[in-house]
Amino acid sequence: MAIDMEQFHQVFFEESFEGLDVMETGLLNLDNGEADDEEINTIFRAAHSIKGGSGTFGFQNIADFTHIMETLLDEVRDGIRELNHAGINVLLKSVDCLRMMMNAASEGSDVDDDEVKVNFDALQNILGSESGPSTAASTAVVASDTPAAVSAGAGWKISFAPHKNFMQFGNDPVRVIRELATLGALNGRVDTSKVPDFASLNPEDMYLSWEMELAGNVNKAAIDDVFAWVEDESDISVSEAKNTAAEAPNSADAPQEAASQTAVAKKSPAASTEKKEKAAAASSSIRVGIDKIDDLINMVGELVITQSMLSMLGEDFNMSRLEKLQEGLIQLSRHTRELQESVMQIRMVPISFTFSRFPRMVRDLSEKLGKRMELVMHGENTELDKTVIEKIGDPLVHLVRNSIDHGIEMPADRIAAGKPEMGTIQLNAFHRGGNIVIEITDDGKGIDKEVIFNKGVEKGLVEPGAKLSDQQIYDLLFNPGFSTATEITDVSGRGVGMDVVKKNIMSLGGAIETHSVKGQGSIFSIRLPLTLAILDGQSVSVGSDNYIIPLVSIVESVQPKKESLNMVAGKGETYKLRDEYLPIIRVGDLFQIPDAKAQKLEDGLLVVVEADGKRFGVFVDDLLGQQQVVIKSLESNYKRIDGISGATILGDGSVALILDILGLVRMTSKQV
Amino acid sequence: MSNEAEQIDDVVDIDAESDLGDEYLTFQLADEEYGVDILKVRELRGWESVTRIPNSPSYVKGVLNLRGAIVPIIDLRERFNLTVTDLSEMTVVIVLAVKDKKDGHERTMGVVVDSISDVVHAKLNDVQATPEFGSHLDTEYIAGLADAKGKMLMLLDVDAMLSISRMG
Repeated sequence: MAIDMEQFHQVFFEESFEGLDVMETGLLNLDNGEADDEEINTIFRAAHSIKGGSGTFGFQNIADFTHIMETLLDEVRDGIRELNHAGINVLLKSVDCLRMMMNAASEGSDVDDDEVKVNFDALQNILGSESGPSTAASTAVVASDTPAAVSAGAGWKISFAPHKNFMQFGNDPVRVIRELATLGALNGRVDTSKVPDFASLNPEDMYLSWEMELAGNVNKAAIDDVFAWVEDESDISVSEAKNTAAEAPNSADAPQEAASQTAVAKKSPAASTEKKEKAAAASSSIRVGIDKIDDLINMVGELVITQSMLSMLGEDFNMSRLEKLQEGLIQLSRHTRELQESVMQIRMVPISFTFSRFPRMVRDLSEKLGKRMELVMHGENTELDKTVIEKIGDPLVHLVRNSIDHGIEMPADRIAAGKPEMGTIQLNAFHRGGNIVIEITDDGKGIDKEVIFNKGVEKGLVEPGAKLSDQQIYDLLFNPGFSTATEITDVSGRGVGMDVVKKNIMSLGGAIETHSVKGQGSIFSIRLPLTLAILDGQSVSVGSDNYIIPLVSIVESVQPKKESLNMVAGKGETYKLRDEYLPIIRVGDLFQIPDAKAQKLEDGLLVVVEADGKRFGVFVDDLLGQQQVVIKSLESNYKRIDGISGATILGDGSVALILDILGLVRMTSKQV
Repeated sequence: MSNEAEQIDDVVDIDAESDLGDEYLTFQLADEEYGVDILKVRELRGWESVTRIPNSPSYVKGVLNLRGAIVPIIDLRERFNLTVTDLSEMTVVIVLAVKDKKDGHERTMGVVVDSISDVVHAKLNDVQATPEFGSHLDTEYIAGLADAKGKMLMLLDVDAMLSISRMG
């Protein structure tokens, strides 16, 4: 009884949210007709655990709500009821509603009671209609305000005598009484006659029993429900109270007060831990497969063996054992590298975490818009860094929503265009050259380049007669406030978002490309780095400083020729590389490096980099080696520096700074 | 019993503290004697070359690798506008834990000083107005003055002195 339940709340919420996801996926499968009995069982089990957990942890509203869902699911499971499309809709909405309630409970915010009521009534309606007779009684349980089967108003006389082993089953009489008290005015008297003297008292045994009067219009089923968890471990009798008996004997006041005091006492620690718990919720957790942990343990084991071998070698070392030492060191470095790789693996989660929300979304949207489409997903098991996964979710949702709204046509139009009535949205994730590529493909009407171009002219983004490549035209889509939708729907089309999508992807060090064929569909392909913590870098030297340029942004490096240098208005330098004029970024000038060797262009090297879809020449003294570097934050002990994205530690223990190409570009444009 | 003994110990400690004041690590900077709260000190190191940070004030010498963390190193002589001396292997770096008063974030930073002197117990006296003793630094960085074996000791407020928001 003294166990502080609060410490389990975090786990309960995590498990419940997972349960909700399971229910949602299951329901969607049911809707697609892919369901078997096992599917319904899975949904039922998820609902059941949520109900059980929320009841135990005192989230009564959630328990009540889940109870009625469970009842409905139970009927479906028993074959009493068929679940049709509308029914699934109601259940899906209820899952949303539960999620909202769960969020409210975990954050301590208010529940939107209206929404709960609407969903609750909808569930009730289904249950009420041509329903299975056997469960009808228990469905009415929660709705204590429904008039059916209510006592005459005089209340109930309840005797509650838990068995001796009551608490060994993890039950808590206070919880039961507290629950009863929520149904109506509760008066009670505790019978302490069975309590033995202190010496022979076993703290885990139950010696108390209660006689209680519950006043008010209370449904008997509601009372039964309170005892549902404990009926096997206690003797319970509920009888209608006579009007005269409704007046509780005066002596009952004292124990009742005591009971309420325990309730209060239990509440105050709850309130104080609430804040702590919220803080804990903010620091996110990660679920790691046990196999990954086992790998790590193995590797650390080998590391320890190598270490002990080396230290034994060190105890009496002479040159004849040099070879052994080198061998050991090689082993050590191999183990360290492997260990690093496995630790990085822990942060990798399959992209299905993000993908899993799309079936629901596609279903809801297609219904709303009256379109028909199916969602095909590939490569859900492709693994990505957790931070990347978290940040890519919203941009993906936005792109998929766009494809559904703007891409896929209405069924009639599709048939007229000679396409199958059912549209297809494809989500594809795969590796390509050290990057993860996520493609969103639709077989809709495609992007009309002309419309975009005209819109771009209208917005003053391009000159009327300008010649743009396809990619440049598509890039117009990602400008703020750019929307081609003639009609604004509440799904998309306000032009807010595509620029945010691009910005989010860029901030992850990725890029987005658009391909489209008019009348056949479009592909948005997002390229993301595998991880944010490690990058392949090219070290360059400027004066006595060394910097790292991320290899992904480097296109090529050239030895500049004097005759290709041009000045724009005497200030901005450009370099003509083949048919392109590249603005030159002088790192030495931007960073005020006093001993930058190369002043004249032909003395140094030009690293051609790509940032934001444009190319630049970064002017440095020399190229050094290429290496993988672990990104360290400069901000954790200092502050952000323009043009620097972070720092890393080189093999010799010294620190090198990593260049932020986009930042450098911005610095240059400010300077000129 | 043992509990009682502990209590007695506590009392003795408190007495000792109230007699002697807090402990400070003192160091020299251009013949002046400074002190920092010893509880802020993480470690003492010899000077080693650092990586310059571009576009930073000159007193930020750069960053170095402190067991995997990137730690900025600040030259206190330059910070206090004293004459700058060359840094050599004999120069000492005090690694300090600095609490940012704005965001509550704790940073690790190193400061370059001429030499370490001593660890002293000292009690704070009130700070006097700057012009009277013509110090090179703002009084806001001085938590107080103390007397250590007849010499005046300037006790630095580490958190204020190394606050990131006040660095250019």
